[in-house]
Amino acid sequence: MKNKIGIYIHVPFCTGKCAYCDFVSFVKDAETQDRYFAMLKKEIGTKADRFNDYVVDTVFFGGGTPSLVSEKNITGIMELLKDRFSFSEDPEITIEANPNSGDINKFRAYREAGINRLSMGLQSSVDSELKALSRLHTYDEFLKCFDAGRNAGFDNMNLDIMSAIPGQSISSYEKTLERVVRLDPEHISAYSLIIEEGTPFFERYKDGRGLPTEEEDRKMYALTREFLSDYGYSRYEISNYSKAGFECRHNLSYWKRIPYVGFGIAAASLYDEKRYIKHSDLERYLKGDFSEEEETLTPTDRMEEFMFLGLRLTEGVSKEEFYKTFGSSIEEEYPGVLEKLSGQGLLKVTDRVSLTEKGMDLANYCMSEFVK
Amino acid sequence: MNQDHIRNFCIIAHIDHGKSTLADRIIERTGLLTSREMQAQVLDNMDLERERGITIKAQTVRTVYKAKNGEEYIFNLIDTPGHVDFNYEVSRSLAACDGAILVVDAAQGVEAQTLANVYLALDHDLEVFPVINKIDLPSAEPEKVIKEIEDVIGIEAQDAPLISAKNGINIDDVLERIVERVPAPSGSADAPLQALIFDSLYDSYKGVIVFVRVVNGRVKKGDKILMMATGAVEEVVEVGYFGAGQFLPCSELSAGEVGYITASIKNVRETAVGDTVTNNERPCSEPLPGYKKVQSMVYCGVYPADGAKYPDLRDALEKLQLNDASLFYEPETSIALGFGFRCGFLGLLHLEIIQERLEREYNLDLVTTAPSVVYRVHKTNGDMIELTNPSNLPSPTEIEYMEEPIVNAEIMVTTQFVGSIMELCQERRGRYISMEYIEETRALLKYELPLNEIIYDFFDALKSRSRGYASFDYELKGYEQSDMVKLDILINREEVDALSFIVHKDSAYERGRKMCEKLKDEIPRHLFEIPIQAAVGGKIIARETVKAMRKDVLAKCYGGDITRKKKLLEKQKEGKKRMRQIGNVEIPQKAFMSVLKLDEE
Repeated sequence: MKNKIGIYIHVPFCTGKCAYCDFVSFVKDAETQDRYFAMLKKEIGTKADRFNDYVVDTVFFGGGTPSLVSEKNITGIMELLKDRFSFSEDPEITIEANPNSGDINKFRAYREAGINRLSMGLQSSVDSELKALSRLHTYDEFLKCFDAGRNAGFDNMNLDIMSAIPGQSISSYEKTLERVVRLDPEHISAYSLIIEEGTPFFERYKDGRGLPTEEEDRKMYALTREFLSDYGYSRYEISNYSKAGFECRHNLSYWKRIPYVGFGIAAASLYDEKRYIKHSDLERYLKGDFSEEEETLTPTDRMEEFMFLGLRLTEGVSKEEFYKTFGSSIEEEYPGVLEKLSGQGLLKVTDRVSLTEKGMDLANYCMSEFVK
Repeated sequence: MNQDHIRNFCIIAHIDHGKSTLADRIIERTGLLTSREMQAQVLDNMDLERERGITIKAQTVRTVYKAKNGEEYIFNLIDTPGHVDFNYEVSRSLAACDGAILVVDAAQGVEAQTLANVYLALDHDLEVFPVINKIDLPSAEPEKVIKEIEDVIGIEAQDAPLISAKNGINIDDVLERIVERVPAPSGSADAPLQALIFDSLYDSYKGVIVFVRVVNGRVKKGDKILMMATGAVEEVVEVGYFGAGQFLPCSELSAGEVGYITASIKNVRETAVGDTVTNNERPCSEPLPGYKKVQSMVYCGVYPADGAKYPDLRDALEKLQLNDASLFYEPETSIALGFGFRCGFLGLLHLEIIQERLEREYNLDLVTTAPSVVYRVHKTNGDMIELTNPSNLPSPTEIEYMEEPIVNAEIMVTTQFVGSIMELCQERRGRYISMEYIEETRALLKYELPLNEIIYDFFDALKSRSRGYASFDYELKGYEQSDMVKLDILINREEVDALSFIVHKDSAYERGRKMCEKLKDEIPRHLFEIPIQAAVGGKIIARETVKAMRKDVLAKCYGGDITRKKKLLEKQKEGKKRMRQIGNVEIPQKAFMSVLKLDEE
């Protein structure tokens, strides 16, 4: 049986730059977008043969705002992928959509092209908070988009929501949670806002004023977990919740170190135990420069990744799998660490090793113990 | 070489007045070195020195000068350190000389340090003659500077060569002046050997290389020599001269000459700087004057960041001491930091230099504790102890009274900053002695200052409050009774001995408060809340709290870019490695240094 691989397609275009976002994305006209997709096809075309031994199990159109560009660009990529790759029987194919840039015709076109999962960046149901994030949609507009997605036949939908937004209160966040569960999506990604260096937010909120306090932030974070579990969403990863059977396979593959290949600028890949990251220069890409940085993973790198990626999952990592993969046990490789972290109530150790709820709150602290 | 044709001299100058550049020119003009061979600055060959623009290690060069009278002269140029911390190093280098060139910047004029070094040279009966440097600067005022030298220092300066060392102007005048003004050595080659050790260097092949000025007698390979202060006897393996950057072996060194001796000396303690070398079979009647055991002014604890590196630290200190007789160290133990050394230094700059050399040259990661001066603790039972480590302070009930070292400080400053400098001295518990106007725009301020008030950051404060226009020199005056207390720091209710320091009672609260604030910023959050307290005699006087870490998670993590995530975790892990475990609290190494920088804000 052939090994599974995931495909990531980066669509680096947005209507405007959100003030908190540090992803690689640009505001460009349709002509530039078309040129980019032409190059994407070229890149896929030149690299596809490397993956003849794999079957594609997941595809993810991320961005940027994939739903912004002409649907022909998206369906064109889908045709090329189907042409050049072999797919598994039941692939998961996701596209991200912003609630202001999707209409039902686009969504239908996606469905026809084989895309079967729609991910929407709602972020908040409170318009003032959306404004604070410089998002371009309102909650009402989102509702229309959401309905359009359902009506177009998407029966697997994700909503992104965000806590710790400037001006957000615990009660307003709870309102968003309530509204979200009422919509009954299959999957919810809940993030807390991280102020990234290099974004306008970094300058604006340097001193932390205008942001929810640390206490509030923490309460919102805890509320997410409790609230969503009450409504039948289980947390399968630090920031991801789903109904049973609707875990995002593409997302899981990152944490399980299943190979994936990224096309487009700034896209990352993992295959043949090497990590790649493409440059983020749009102009260079448009001239046909697909060069990427390559890093060969040493056994130690792989071991570290196995641990700190695997621990993002609620189920954690399997001791037996670790042993089978690396020929030694977790205890041997990380002497004392399991005892220490479980002693602090951060780790649950059975035949698997996983973070407790408290451990998830302090995930970085725990994971750094597995970096050598 | 005939003794008449030897000139042993040094160059005295304030930092930046051009000592090293002049030395370069002298070496260049005496022709032993082609321009191509010249390093940027031949004398300052340590990286650290070059970076800081100061000379720490005395370097010596022997060159041959063909004078205008057609005769050849041997010039032994002995370099001297240029910082107040290194007074003893200066003094022993001076003792090896017969004359000194005083370099004064034509624009800056006489500085406090220049004064101090000239007085030191005059104390050693050196013939001192001035040279006015940087004569080609637009701001040069040679007439004014000449008058200043005569008025302030009291030496003849009318005929001082006006030079530019940088651009090679009038260097020949200086060379001729050396021949004329520096007296030839006066010792007798037939008398018993009497040689002054003014420096030493450790070489892994040759062992200790001793730098000497032969005052009387002669020394050659095979001689049995005796170090008079330490009593060590060794057989000479090699004698020689100092070429520029290399050792040139010769058959013997005789009276008046400057050179080196090797004798397979392994034990560094045998060659104390300032000691007299004599012939063991035919010893001189008494040693040369001026030897003194080096007095450390400032002490601090030096610990390896990684406890396993203790032997490496010991070896490194031992080697450093070979080249730096003024470095003192002895083993000590700290509850917080484990095994380490209490080290004594000439001053804070010296401390910093040693610390940097340990880290750079020996690749050691260090934790150093707050520097302390030597306090005299008079106990109720009549005993007196000299306290170098605050944690060894006896309990208050056993203490009758304490004394702290006081220095006589001289600060030279342009008149517009006199007010702010006086204010600074007052803040540092200074006692005003006098103020003299050297010229219309400059004043010499004299203060008595407690040494513990100047070892932290006095230099920096002085510089910032005078916009760089103040120079400073000090010497130990003596001890005075003072109301000192020990300030303890408790982290998570445990006293951390390495953070204790001694402070005047009146500043205890302020220091304690600042210390807690600083530590709060330095100590990362833990899984629990950590109180940080400052206490005097068991009574808490300040407190801060490091809140518990409740959330530390990268919630949003775009799956593909694992490399970035890993870098973050590595940084976090690296941070942990640089921590010291005290009880169940991990304290970053730099927290121990934070006491040093309390007055920055």
